Amino acid sequence: MTGAITIHAKALTKRFGAFTAVDAIDLDVHAGEIFGFLGANGAGKTTAMKMLIGLLMPTAGEARVAGYDVYTQSEAIKRSIGYMGQRFSLYNDLTVLENIQFYGGVYGVPPAELKRRTDSLVHDLGLKEHVNTRLQSLPLGWKQKLAFSVAMIHEPKIIFLDEPTGGVDLITRRQFWELIYAASAKGVTVFVTTHYMDEAEYCHRASIMVDGVMAACDTPAALKEQFKVKTMDEVFYQLARSAQRAE
Amino acid sequence: MKTFRAFIHKEFLHILRDRRTLLVLFGMPVLQIVLFGYAINTEVKEANVAVLDQSRDERSVSLVNALFSANWFRPVETLKSPADIDRVFKAGKAKMVVEIGPDFAKRFAEGRAQIALIADASDPNTAKVVTGYAAQMIAQWSRRFSTEHTVEVLPVEYRMHYNPEMKSVFLFVPGVITVILMLVSAMLTSISIAREKEHGTMEVMLVSPLRPGMIVLGKAVPYLVLSLLNAAFVLVIGLLLFGVPMNGSYLLLLLEGLLFILTSLSLGLLFSTIAKTQQEALMLSLFVLMMPTILLSGFIFPTSSMPWALRAFSNIIPAKHFIIILRGIMLKGNGVAVLWPQTLVLAGMCTVLLGISIKKFNVRLQ
Amino acid sequence: MRTVLVLLRKEFLQIFRNKAMLPIIFVAPLAQLLILVHAADFEVRNVRLLVSDMDRSTASRALAERFNASDRFHVSFTAQGFDAGMHALDAGATDALLRIPVHFEQDLGRKGSAPLMLDLNGVDGQYASLVLLYSRQIIANEQVHVIQRMHGSANVPRPPVEVIPRYWYNLRMNYKNLMVPGLLVVLVTLVGMFLSSMNIVREKEIGTIEQINVAPIKKWQFILGKLLPFWFISLFLLAAGLVLGKLIFDIPIEGSVPLLFAFAAVYLWVMLGLGLFISTVSDTQQQSMFLSWFFLVIFILLSGLFTPIDNMPHWAQVITWFNPVSYFVDVVRLVLLKGSSFTDIAGHFAAIAAFAVAVNAGAVLNYRKRA
Repeated sequence: MTGAITIHAKALTKRFGAFTAVDAIDLDVHAGEIFGFLGANGAGKTTAMKMLIGLLMPTAGEARVAGYDVYTQSEAIKRSIGYMGQRFSLYNDLTVLENIQFYGGVYGVPPAELKRRTDSLVHDLGLKEHVNTRLQSLPLGWKQKLAFSVAMIHEPKIIFLDEPTGGVDLITRRQFWELIYAASAKGVTVFVTTHYMDEAEYCHRASIMVDGVMAACDTPAALKEQFKVKTMDEVFYQLARSAQRAE
Repeated sequence: MKTFRAFIHKEFLHILRDRRTLLVLFGMPVLQIVLFGYAINTEVKEANVAVLDQSRDERSVSLVNALFSANWFRPVETLKSPADIDRVFKAGKAKMVVEIGPDFAKRFAEGRAQIALIADASDPNTAKVVTGYAAQMIAQWSRRFSTEHTVEVLPVEYRMHYNPEMKSVFLFVPGVITVILMLVSAMLTSISIAREKEHGTMEVMLVSPLRPGMIVLGKAVPYLVLSLLNAAFVLVIGLLLFGVPMNGSYLLLLLEGLLFILTSLSLGLLFSTIAKTQQEALMLSLFVLMMPTILLSGFIFPTSSMPWALRAFSNIIPAKHFIIILRGIMLKGNGVAVLWPQTLVLAGMCTVLLGISIKKFNVRLQ
Repeated sequence: MRTVLVLLRKEFLQIFRNKAMLPIIFVAPLAQLLILVHAADFEVRNVRLLVSDMDRSTASRALAERFNASDRFHVSFTAQGFDAGMHALDAGATDALLRIPVHFEQDLGRKGSAPLMLDLNGVDGQYASLVLLYSRQIIANEQVHVIQRMHGSANVPRPPVEVIPRYWYNLRMNYKNLMVPGLLVVLVTLVGMFLSSMNIVREKEIGTIEQINVAPIKKWQFILGKLLPFWFISLFLLAAGLVLGKLIFDIPIEGSVPLLFAFAAVYLWVMLGLGLFISTVSDTQQQSMFLSWFFLVIFILLSGLFTPIDNMPHWAQVITWFNPVSYFVDVVRLVLLKGSSFTDIAGHFAAIAAFAVAVNAGAVLNYRKRA
């Protein structure tokens, strides 16, 4: 990857009392890169991500996202990134259109522009007949895809995805990754956590966290070669075996 | 049976883990009793009174001094003209203005003196009581100057039974126990079931090997225990801290308490079949249960003084009957021989409510 | 500003879409007002008085008849002795027992005085003392008649000072004039505070709050977006309640309605801000509900709604200085019943404005977008 560095962290650490959730991780992610952030439950993935998006104050170390400092410029970071959390983040009692309009408005997308983006988004997702349907009556797969598109509504340069495909079927996961590739092709940095190892294969680079430490970070091909195995699943298994923390 | 135990265990954990809710649940009754015992006073005392004395002679000054000599009234302001009266009332500074016209001493000697007691009747009760006190004190004062000795023709000797010192806390402890039982058993149960619906955990339980009846029972048992503990706590505070008497049987108290808790639990269950979210459950319990329970049960306001339609309506409120039972047992030492009608009504309500709510709960499952 | 409008639109959509909550928010409080105002009354009526008349003379019957003529008492007689009467009192079958001893009429004639005994159920002390007060009034009335019968009307003693009571602002001594505005304030407060206190924590529980937290929304925009919808709803409820109160109970509206609403506007900032503050410190809706309930119980009991603040002991009066509800209960009565002007309630205004600033600063500062 040769793009500019959009996410940078050096010795980023988070302690909760005596417990070190994230222990001095270093990473650099480039524009247009799909960066997989892997690890078992409790390895510290979500904590690390929350520090990068300004939801959690780091204990030590440095980090810059989109050129902004996480300590002092978290509001500026929020304007430049998109985020899709583990838990479903749209309002079930609002319609498709109302959800889009709400988040578009919150991110300050100008009305005319918002209308244009809404039209193309609805068209791309094939939701045209459902714009006035309340989310609670849509299948989960559609809602997840909509959540991704809504997280992209302000056309951020970076998007953070926290286990975005949890609980959806294989076909929807495939469609979801098509959305991710399309975003990456437009130069958007994608930072994604997952525990599906087949998804790790789709990433340009993958890192694996074990007990708060970044145990490995390279392209999937290089990782498999380093551990002399055939799949990412086995790479992960070798590393995770040594883990002390478990949920 | 093992699954059932596990289920009850889980419910207890939910309750015990949430320290803030527990604190409120046990702190609130204490607070209510203290407020009702000390602060909420229906007795008028030290009312603010302003004086407009246009005579300022020996007699009028003596009268004004007599009015303020006891602790009934607190002097706030001496007014200069009748135009001031409206001003002190509008600023809420005084409850009553004593107006004495000119030449009071002279008129008094002639036996045709007049005093106007102008009361702020926006609160009619206070107005009535305050003018009543003042009239009594004026009569007493004027008797100093009369030589006639009068015999009272119809002297009344009276006795206040069951609560001779007329302590309001005696009245309110049974009421607070009732409201707390209602709050814990009805409101908390309905909210707790609605919470499981909102989080989707209700479905998980419904597909478990537990039968619906068991789920309902599992929800009810912990809150029943919590209600009993809470009621006992209030009772102990009432008895020890405020000297509320307990003249009846503890066993009867426990049995009647269980009956009322069961009635409230079935109400809570019924609400939970209606409400889909915690918010709905709360607002429903609040407006359909709590407000009527507090206002129509005789807890604060006597039901006998209400218009007939409300009096009739108050009979379908379980709390009304339970308050009569509690006051009967605690203050009067009544037994079943006296309290059977109320007990029968409660038992009837309990059966009907439990029947409906279990039926509704089962229907939802199919 | 657009951010706030977007937030507002979302909240309103959610509120008006929830078909189950709408009647609870808009109908239940007003219906409660109409019903409960009849209940919230310390007046004594329909007292059950059992007369145990052992004399059965003209004089004793005249006395009992005087009680029966009063619309406060329902008189019944027992032919059996005092024990049966006391038993009825124990069983709650009567509220008071009047004993007229034998030789009542004879004593009146010979000694010019005959004693009576009154046994009262004192469980509710306030109620019992009013029953006693009214009984004494009736007996005093009868006393005048007895003297007239025995000595002729010229001999009825006249008091040296005539006391003339005058009741301002509420000539007919209508208790509803007092309770309708007071209850309305409390109902509006209940709805506003519960809704606002459950709002943010609800988004916490559902998980949508995280998405809001990563969005570039400023704290004050967020709090404002959450507060305004309930502010409008509460003001609407207040207006609707006043209209109903005027139409149905004909409550007086002496003062300026805009003044009342100006005060309500500031007051609601305090209560809703407090609700949001509770919401930001709670983890679950259940917690926020109980915390609000806790505060509301104190606020309402110490508001002077049911019992005047002047009756409270000094320490409790000091607490009411920090109770926003007591200011509004006072203001609504001052303005509606007495027509108080801005200068009359300037002190109330200053206090409530100070609360508004403090509480909302607290809610904004306490709402943390990151841990």
